[in-house]
Amino acid sequence: MFRFILRRLLQMVLAFFGTTLIVYALMFAGQGDPIQALAGERPVTAAQRAYLTEKFHLDQTGVGGFFYRYFDYVKNLLQGDLGQSLTGRSISDILAAAWPVTIKLALIAMAVTIVFGVTAGVLAGIRRAGIFDNSTLLLTLLVLGIPTIVLAPLAQYFLGVRWQLFPPTAGADPDLYALLLPGIVLGSLSLATALRLTRTSVAENLRADYVRTARSKGLVKRRIVSVHVLRNSLIPVVTFLGVELGNLMSGAIITEGVFNIPGVGFNLFRGIRTEDGPLVVGIVSVLVVVYLVSNLVVDVLYAVLDPRIRYE
Amino acid sequence: MSQSAVRPTPASPTPEGGHLLDVRDLYVEFRTGEGVARVINGVSYHLDPGETLAVLGESGSGKSVTAQAIMGILDTPPAVIRSGQIRYQGRDLLALSEEQRRQVRGKEIAMIFQDALSALNPVFPVGWQIGETLRHRAGMSRADARRRVIELMDLVKIPAAAKRLGDYPHQFSGGMRQRVMIAMALAMEPKVLIADEPTTALDVTVQAQIMDLLADLRRDLNMAMILITHDLGVVAGVADRIAVMYAGRIVEHADVRALYRAPAHPYTKGLLESIPRMDVRGQELATIKGLPPNLMRIPSGCPFHPRCPYVQQVCVDVVPHDLVLGDGRTSACHFAQEVRDDSAH
Amino acid sequence: MSDFETVAASENHTARRGPSGEPGAPNQVGAPQKPRSLAGDAWRDLRRNPIFWISLALVVLVAAMAAFPGLFTANDPRDCLLSRQHAGPSGGALFGYDFQGCDTYSRAVHGARASLLVGALSALLTGLIALTVGMLAGYFGRWVDAVLSRVIDIVLGIPLLLAAIVLLKRVNSDSATVRIGAVIFVLAVLGWTTGARVVRSSVITAKEQDYVAAARMLGAGNGRIMLRHILPNALAPAIVVLTIALGSFIAAEATLSFLGIGLKAPTTSWGIDIDAGRVHMRESATPLVVPSTFLALTVLAFIMLGDAVRDAFDPKLR
Repeated sequence: MFRFILRRLLQMVLAFFGTTLIVYALMFAGQGDPIQALAGERPVTAAQRAYLTEKFHLDQTGVGGFFYRYFDYVKNLLQGDLGQSLTGRSISDILAAAWPVTIKLALIAMAVTIVFGVTAGVLAGIRRAGIFDNSTLLLTLLVLGIPTIVLAPLAQYFLGVRWQLFPPTAGADPDLYALLLPGIVLGSLSLATALRLTRTSVAENLRADYVRTARSKGLVKRRIVSVHVLRNSLIPVVTFLGVELGNLMSGAIITEGVFNIPGVGFNLFRGIRTEDGPLVVGIVSVLVVVYLVSNLVVDVLYAVLDPRIRYE
Repeated sequence: MSQSAVRPTPASPTPEGGHLLDVRDLYVEFRTGEGVARVINGVSYHLDPGETLAVLGESGSGKSVTAQAIMGILDTPPAVIRSGQIRYQGRDLLALSEEQRRQVRGKEIAMIFQDALSALNPVFPVGWQIGETLRHRAGMSRADARRRVIELMDLVKIPAAAKRLGDYPHQFSGGMRQRVMIAMALAMEPKVLIADEPTTALDVTVQAQIMDLLADLRRDLNMAMILITHDLGVVAGVADRIAVMYAGRIVEHADVRALYRAPAHPYTKGLLESIPRMDVRGQELATIKGLPPNLMRIPSGCPFHPRCPYVQQVCVDVVPHDLVLGDGRTSACHFAQEVRDDSAH
Repeated sequence: MSDFETVAASENHTARRGPSGEPGAPNQVGAPQKPRSLAGDAWRDLRRNPIFWISLALVVLVAAMAAFPGLFTANDPRDCLLSRQHAGPSGGALFGYDFQGCDTYSRAVHGARASLLVGALSALLTGLIALTVGMLAGYFGRWVDAVLSRVIDIVLGIPLLLAAIVLLKRVNSDSATVRIGAVIFVLAVLGWTTGARVVRSSVITAKEQDYVAAARMLGAGNGRIMLRHILPNALAPAIVVLTIALGSFIAAEATLSFLGIGLKAPTTSWGIDIDAGRVHMRESATPLVVPSTFLALTVLAFIMLGDAVRDAFDPKLR
């Protein structure tokens, strides 16, 4: 177990450098004026130019200069120093204010996913090919096929503006109620995937040989399903949910943008719109790290849940 | 059609006159979108306390399905038990409620399966799995169950049992896993143990160890055992009687020695001749020509007729009854007498 | 597991096909029977599936829209008059006009071209990368597989939307061709991993088959074995994955355009129109609802088509 975690940790360190290097290279490698690239089409003031040159060590040239700059960038990233946005605000401060909102939203989405997705998935898996199963299957296909950029504005329009069941936008300091509709929209995709995954997993495990063994031991059906089958079926589901939590935090760009929720995704959304390069780079870097860490947590979780992996 | 018209006379009647386990004229079908497969067509066999019955046949002959019908663990659908009785200690199991049948499973009749790796739950420690019935059915405390589990693991000769309680199935070798499986089946001290190809997935040397273990346990615990196998070699040292199945019927039923000496059904004869023998040098191994029948279209008359070297017109037209040949042996062949006499020399 | 269980299980899967032309026998029982091809089975399955026909019809309809928008609308999507802002339906403008005074319906029809172009070309490019990488990794195994599998892991570990944002931020050109090319490139570079994994595993399965060993013994070279014997096996699952991917590429293009970093203004794109319609939804909802519906139906059609085909080829997954 310990060796497994250690190995995964090492792999994550490698993945961290690999991914950040790719992200960094994509942002800065081989272009005419890196500062103009960061700023997009906006005019860059002399003060900004000087700040960015110093910040990213753009006066260093060549491959050596590139790695020098890269390690400097990683060092700053690890120290939590993300520099300033083009508007002059500290990116770390922006993120510090945004995280609680984003986490709250992600947790609502996750709750929706677990309560509805996993439960319905278990039921559909047990009664495979029944009416409930077939209708949820079709419904989830619909949800999976509707992009967030369609779902979010339409939900906002119909449920928020037209029928006024929910507040259409969240605003500066959103309460739980204001986050409910965005949370459901954000969670709907994970819900559909979780439902299908749970269903397949339960249905597969119900056919497994060990279920026949459990029956031949004379256990009651409730125990066979709720202990033997569920414990096995939930391994891939829990893994998926872990990865998904990372996704939900970074995937809230559209939802937070549409519903005006001042979270991390919203700031990224605004950074893209206002062509604020440093802000976009800073947030993307942090989100990539969040993504990597959540993947690591999931792997460890997997090992805890599945003994076959643990002792590999 | 009924093969039970002449039922085999019991080899050793129980004091009460009935058998411990008595399968009578069982018919099972698998109903699917593709059609109906008639998997069990009038199987009758019985088991007395303390004896071992081997059920022999190739895959698809219905031997495992019969066992699963006895256990009540057939998947329904597609399986449907059309008719017949399964009497255990005089009670017809098929007439019981699901809850009553559950009480019988594991406690009265237990079963072990072919592939212990997939038959054991991969995510629970073996100690937990062996002790599950003790805790949840026998109502033992954790500590008592633990003690009993160690006893059971010692009984099936798993070394360092106390240390291996918390290990998971994949950490055991194939033979050890099968021992875990056996310990689990013995937990509730069943009177009948059904072993469904218990050694098929194992190495030859380990096979012998497991068979010896099963034979010893059967004797020491005074259980009755049904040993399902497709391997004639496995049967010889362990079983008292053999029932040979083909296309969902029992085609020959005999005392082990009598059957080896002179099989009275062409199918059994074919099976025996296809085993390599130590005492004949340079022989060419015989095989049974053709393939097992499609259970959706079982041949008319005797289902074995398309593959039978003794085939006559009567075999195509008439379903053979069980012919009683004395010593409690039967053969479902129109020419049972000839086949046996043929085999005798 | 006894062989009967296998029979039961496999029959269980095929049960919903209903009586097929011939009363087929379960293979396990081994009776002589006509071999049934997987493709034939799959086609029989598909023919009965209404979802397959509905989604196929939608795909054909959208493809027609992309190829010949003139068949569906006579109005020019760029003929915009502010005086017609949010005006009601008139003169062929089925759904009225948007904030800029452009024909909402005409814009939605003309939006199909960019979407399908991006979707189809990225799927094609993705398919080529996936087939190449998956084939090399699966066929050669050992260190080739180890290296390529790590690369797949790393690329799979990069969140698609974030990486696309970073990459597309670097494209400053406003030329429609450059932007479309950039979006296609970005989606293909980030999106090939799932396909590669599927191809890799089907190549590994195919490699073990007897006929491949036979071909090798007859002296066929690696290239010939890969192209003639293994590729056909890897193709069907790859196409299914790519059909579904095509749907998600269309959604991704719309999302990037919605964010303002995908396609840009003179190009007509559903993503751009949804964003514009969203801003003015309180005044008029049709400019939001119409392109949203077009986009959702198109994405759905491809995903459902892929889903139906996959179910037909691999009933186990149902």
